[in-house]
Amino acid sequence: MAALRQIPFDFAQTDEMPSRRGVLGGVAAAVCAGFARSARAADVPPAAAAPQSTSVAPPQLAAEVASLTIGYIHWRHDVETISLIFTPAPGNGRAGAEVGVADNNTTGRFLQQNFVLETISVRTEQDPVAALNTLIGKGIRLVVTDRPASDVLRLADAGAPHGVTIFNAGAPDDAIREANCRPNVIHTAPSNAMLADALAQYLIWKRWPRWLLAYGEAPDDLLLAEAYRRAAKVFGAHIVADRQYKGTAGSRETDSGLIDLQKQLPVFTQNAPEYDVLICADQHSVFADYLPYRTWDARPVAGSAGLMPTSWDPNSTEFGGKQMQDRFMAYAHRFMTALDMNAWVAVRMIGTAASYAQSLDPDKIMAYMRGADFQLGAYRGLSLSIRSWNGQVRQAILLSDSGRTVVSLSPQPGFLHEVTVLDTLGTDKPETACKLQAGRKT
Amino acid sequence: MILALFAAVPARAYLAYASNEKDNTISVIDLDKMQVVKTVPTGQRPRGMALTSDGKRLLVCLGDSNRIDIFDTDSWQVAGSIDTPDPEYAALRTPENNPLYVSNENNALITVWNIDTRKMLVQMPTGVEPEGMAVSPDGQLIVNTTETTNMAQFFSYATGKNLANVLVPPRPRWAAFTYDGRQVWVSSELGGTVTVIDTKSFKILDTIHFAVEGLRSTFIQPVGINITADDKLAFVALGPANRVAVVSVPEHKVLSYVATGQSVYNATVKKYLLVGQRPWHMAFTPDGKYLLTANGLSNDVSVIRVSDLRVINTIPVGQQPWMILVSPH
Repeated sequence: MAALRQIPFDFAQTDEMPSRRGVLGGVAAAVCAGFARSARAADVPPAAAAPQSTSVAPPQLAAEVASLTIGYIHWRHDVETISLIFTPAPGNGRAGAEVGVADNNTTGRFLQQNFVLETISVRTEQDPVAALNTLIGKGIRLVVTDRPASDVLRLADAGAPHGVTIFNAGAPDDAIREANCRPNVIHTAPSNAMLADALAQYLIWKRWPRWLLAYGEAPDDLLLAEAYRRAAKVFGAHIVADRQYKGTAGSRETDSGLIDLQKQLPVFTQNAPEYDVLICADQHSVFADYLPYRTWDARPVAGSAGLMPTSWDPNSTEFGGKQMQDRFMAYAHRFMTALDMNAWVAVRMIGTAASYAQSLDPDKIMAYMRGADFQLGAYRGLSLSIRSWNGQVRQAILLSDSGRTVVSLSPQPGFLHEVTVLDTLGTDKPETACKLQAGRKT
Repeated sequence: MILALFAAVPARAYLAYASNEKDNTISVIDLDKMQVVKTVPTGQRPRGMALTSDGKRLLVCLGDSNRIDIFDTDSWQVAGSIDTPDPEYAALRTPENNPLYVSNENNALITVWNIDTRKMLVQMPTGVEPEGMAVSPDGQLIVNTTETTNMAQFFSYATGKNLANVLVPPRPRWAAFTYDGRQVWVSSELGGTVTVIDTKSFKILDTIHFAVEGLRSTFIQPVGINITADDKLAFVALGPANRVAVVSVPEHKVLSYVATGQSVYNATVKKYLLVGQRPWHMAFTPDGKYLLTANGLSNDVSVIRVSDLRVINTIPVGQQPWMILVSPH
């Protein structure tokens, strides 16, 4: 793995699989060779800020083995979090896709199918459509991305004439699944509505129906707050009051920061009507993590801090999840995040559809994936599949105690549905505002 | 009433062994007394088990301790260990009691071991998360199920070669040969099906579906499959459906469902308890009269009388029982 040394710093941390290689000798060496990557200097324009491209190559295979390259447009950006331990790794999301490709190839070697991941990292200020065009130029038509909602739409529209399907692993915005939906997008990320409903079901099951809602100033905080208002209405909870947290917390690194917070946050939550739970909507880690233990009244916190709805948690071990955690840790040397899981799901959906469709043709893969028989196991009890009306992947949602333990799994017992209980989470078919038209470009 | 139930059980004291995944123990059950008579501490996360044909050695896969311990079933001392990463389940080739085929779940491998020398003979690559494993009655064919990549994979005993890979519905958990060796039955936990595969052509002969009134199909998650020695009936544990399906082997047809999740009077606490939740693995008594199910969510073992398909007793064991085996004597 000499090529490792040439890989840009943020790729280096996910490059070895010591447990496979260490324990299992010859066969494992072959598996491991599948992860030897090079920086592919030829693909990288010389400018320092240019997007950088890597490939996860398969093991050496016989010439007749067919190959499919999956694209990944990775959003390279710095994320600041209140809690240092939840600062995302540079390869957040991408490592999930890489483990997904390895899993696809572990199966594919028996089915003469081979998968390659072509990743382009794109900084916030760079244009993701340029990266997409590079991928299209290489004949790639299935593209995973963790870029924000507006970019998901731009990529979908730019890719539509070329038969590209975009897998949205990152953006939770309901609008891109509803009024502003696109026919060529599959959303593996759960929507704000699904996450809010998952939490709401649990709080109703607990008989904690009176919520105080706190939300931040960012536009997507308002969207998440709206999802909680909707969830309250659907499941019979009552939002007793809502409050906007203004300004940045800002004091986290000063000596007096803790004392200030200890004074500020009780005031922020003071004089509220009687409530059971404080729900917070804070997409950018500005204030939510400061709320637990600092509220005026002694109340639990949920939402963006405290009890958090999520598509994955590094502590989830049920339904075979321990194996996923072990496999990911051995590969990336860190815990697996929700974004890693959403990207893994996207790549495994492609691999699973390819094995059942017995084809690497993107059209046949997508036809199988959107068909009635498609199911993907993703370590959350019930299998994942696609909602035909808006391309959202239906999935169970974990409720995590701030990433320390898994408290519960929604849908909760007793919330029934005529088709599948998973459709009690998020926007259901009768309510959808999405009007998908085959071949529609915008 | 309790006495009447006791009288209904076999006169000879068979012993059953349940591996308790969560509290790291084996519960030893006396089937005369219908209670746990011994709790054996193990390494971490005991799941799959195999018993030598003389019943003297119990091999226990310790997933989180990365080894298989070989217990002497008289002294309950560990007679030896096989170091192997994340063993989920292991199947012995009988009647020689060798070799041992181990699903190394995290490593996409089957490793094959001589249990006397405890040396690894060979390893065979599989799909992602190998789990179910079975050896054909004539010892010539090995089948493995890969949970995450949805295949039943067949290997030759003689050459170790991969003979065929059959795609089945999602999350195949378990494989069982018919006693005549002509078919393999594979359960798909998320697909909610059992696939019947011909062991000569490796073609799918049939796919068996399950339907329980009042229960969403997503909660029907087949795992363990036990076939009677006359190849007439197959019992399929349906996990969170809290039921065991009874299937005609010649017709591939579901005949009935036995509810393991039901209220049973518990003499110790003197009340009715809902027991029998999430049965995964099962074992017949050697006389074929009783089928025991290990119920992972209610921490107990249901005793099903095969003649009238009734649950006649429920025995509390350790936490999250995974597998159960019965001694041959």
